[in-house]
Amino acid sequence: MGIIIDKDTRAIVQGITGTQGSFHTKLMLEYGTKIVAGTSPGKGGTKFENVPIYDTVEEAQKEDPADASIIFVPAPFAVDAAMEAIDNGIKTIVTITEHIPIRDSISLMAFARENKAVAIGPNTPGIITPGECKLGIMPAHIFKPGSIGMISRSGTLTYEIAASLTGKGLGQSTCLGLGGDPITGLNFIDVLKMFRNDAHTKAVVLIGEIGGNLEELTAGYIEEEEYPKPVVAYVAGRSAPPGKRMGHAGAIIMGKAGTAESKIEAFKKAGVQVAEKPGDVAELMTKAFNSLSKKN
Amino acid sequence: MRLFEYEAKIILAKYGVPTPQGGLATNASQALEVASRLKPPFAVKAQVLVAGRGKAGGILFADSIDEVKGAAERLLNAQIKGIPVRSLWIEEKIRVKKELYFGITIDRFKQCYVAVASAVGGMEIEEIAAKTPEKVIKTLINPQQGFLPYQTKQIARKIGYSGAQISELGRAFERLYTAGKDYDAELIEMNPIVETADGKFIAADARIIIDDNALFRHPEYKKRLLEGESEFTLQELEAMKNDLAYVKLDGNIGVIGNGAGLVMATLDTIQYYGGKPANFLDVGGGAPSEKTALALKIVLSDTNVKALFINILGGITRCDDVARGILDARQKLGITKPMAIRLVGTNEEEGKKILDAAGIHAFDSMEETAQRVVEMSRGGS
Repeated sequence: MGIIIDKDTRAIVQGITGTQGSFHTKLMLEYGTKIVAGTSPGKGGTKFENVPIYDTVEEAQKEDPADASIIFVPAPFAVDAAMEAIDNGIKTIVTITEHIPIRDSISLMAFARENKAVAIGPNTPGIITPGECKLGIMPAHIFKPGSIGMISRSGTLTYEIAASLTGKGLGQSTCLGLGGDPITGLNFIDVLKMFRNDAHTKAVVLIGEIGGNLEELTAGYIEEEEYPKPVVAYVAGRSAPPGKRMGHAGAIIMGKAGTAESKIEAFKKAGVQVAEKPGDVAELMTKAFNSLSKKN
Repeated sequence: MRLFEYEAKIILAKYGVPTPQGGLATNASQALEVASRLKPPFAVKAQVLVAGRGKAGGILFADSIDEVKGAAERLLNAQIKGIPVRSLWIEEKIRVKKELYFGITIDRFKQCYVAVASAVGGMEIEEIAAKTPEKVIKTLINPQQGFLPYQTKQIARKIGYSGAQISELGRAFERLYTAGKDYDAELIEMNPIVETADGKFIAADARIIIDDNALFRHPEYKKRLLEGESEFTLQELEAMKNDLAYVKLDGNIGVIGNGAGLVMATLDTIQYYGGKPANFLDVGGGAPSEKTALALKIVLSDTNVKALFINILGGITRCDDVARGILDARQKLGITKPMAIRLVGTNEEEGKKILDAAGIHAFDSMEETAQRVVEMSRGGS
């Protein structure tokens, strides 16, 4: 159940010997994620937590082919790592690394499109299908299996909202962080399409923020396609001033473009329920669920 | 990182984009020296990183070298939108027939660069787009092929040119794109690019914003940003050097949290309950206690701050580490301002116990903490 990853997903970790890479590999293994190999140029032939380490993805793929990769490689080298994975036949790439230059991300996304690979991130907490597979850095205990799909541009805010959904008994099918950068692989519309086709997902939570116009385009998609599942949204940054980057590289209002007001208005126009505060998402979702079960 | 006009123009000239002859001066006698090498009339332009500089009096014109001196003295003693003028760019004034707009920026949705052109220039592109959207021409640039000559010619035709002017304008567009790519610009624009009385094109003003994440490839600008003049306050720079994200706002509730989205949501929640945030500060993941202490120091350097909201949702960050960091900093910095702390997640129980022992109650809900801190900020303490 869920989208993109499930209990059968076999993953490699690129940058497995770094501080972040090794720490999170351990946590992902504890969660039950099938990590079949790691890479770290110069450290091939060693092991970490019983996971074999290779110098290159090519060698890892020869031994025990994987279908996903999670990348913890530092920013100046991360895009090279992602391309290496794609070039060696890996179709799902999760780039955790923050601070990757936009120019590099643009090349990566073109390469991913050409090779029909799914790129998640960069600057993402990753993706989790609760109870089955976690390719990311999110604290696992706040999630539980269920039927809500979550798509977000933020990390901790996703945890905040996921925890409150779980607290109200609303589990999740898959939670996916798009990433906080201006250029990311998957966007809200791509993931909404996947959730539309996923029988286990009954409703979707979107967590947007200031900067760009993806939320507005997403609202347009929901409206035009008469999206068949209830959608609840929260948009962070109502109090953000123009011209200032609010932590995320992508969270900046340029002139009058990219404001929270514009996004909220677009969502409301498309019939999406918009929460005033993060804590209201779970409540709106409960109501949406109740009306769903009345209909059925 | 925003570049000054003179930095942008030097880059453009290096790539063969026509720019007016000019030079930089930081005092009146230098200004005279620069002007003596140029042909009158002159434009004397304050180098400040504010939008709408011309309207705010930051550009003066001079017919003679004597007038340049007067203009330079006036500008160097002036503030443009509150920013003191430290340097001037003196250049030959262009005889304008028509002002156009051309720039390259990022299309987030299409994941590529996009060229934006308009037959109307000289004002902010958003303003042009709002007033006359039909006059804004957008051309997506394929990351693999780059910006192709035929595309530049199509744009030149669409903004009303023909004959030899198409190639000339097209070349300027192509070169600007190359410059932008090489310098990791998230925005590079000529606004206006001017058609002169004799039918030539010249970039009268230029703006470049370098992608902050690419500054490691452009150390000369990174150095200027951290050590020289920039659009950031001292506190913002100190935060930047220590990998914290800080933005000063104009309210009285200091905010610290982990994660950009969570901190933004915290500010919004404070505002929802009628309070006014004094800043945005994201300590990031992990947040060892030195980082918490530095964050507190930066936030409290703003004397408007009357109360503090610390919002920690521990995932990777451990609540007990944060609790110790807060108490350490409180003692070292002698913090007396009231704090409302929300602490949940990894090692929450231990973190709360540590704070309890110091007489600080930690809350569970962000909403409840926000309401409490708004009361504190009104308490006059």
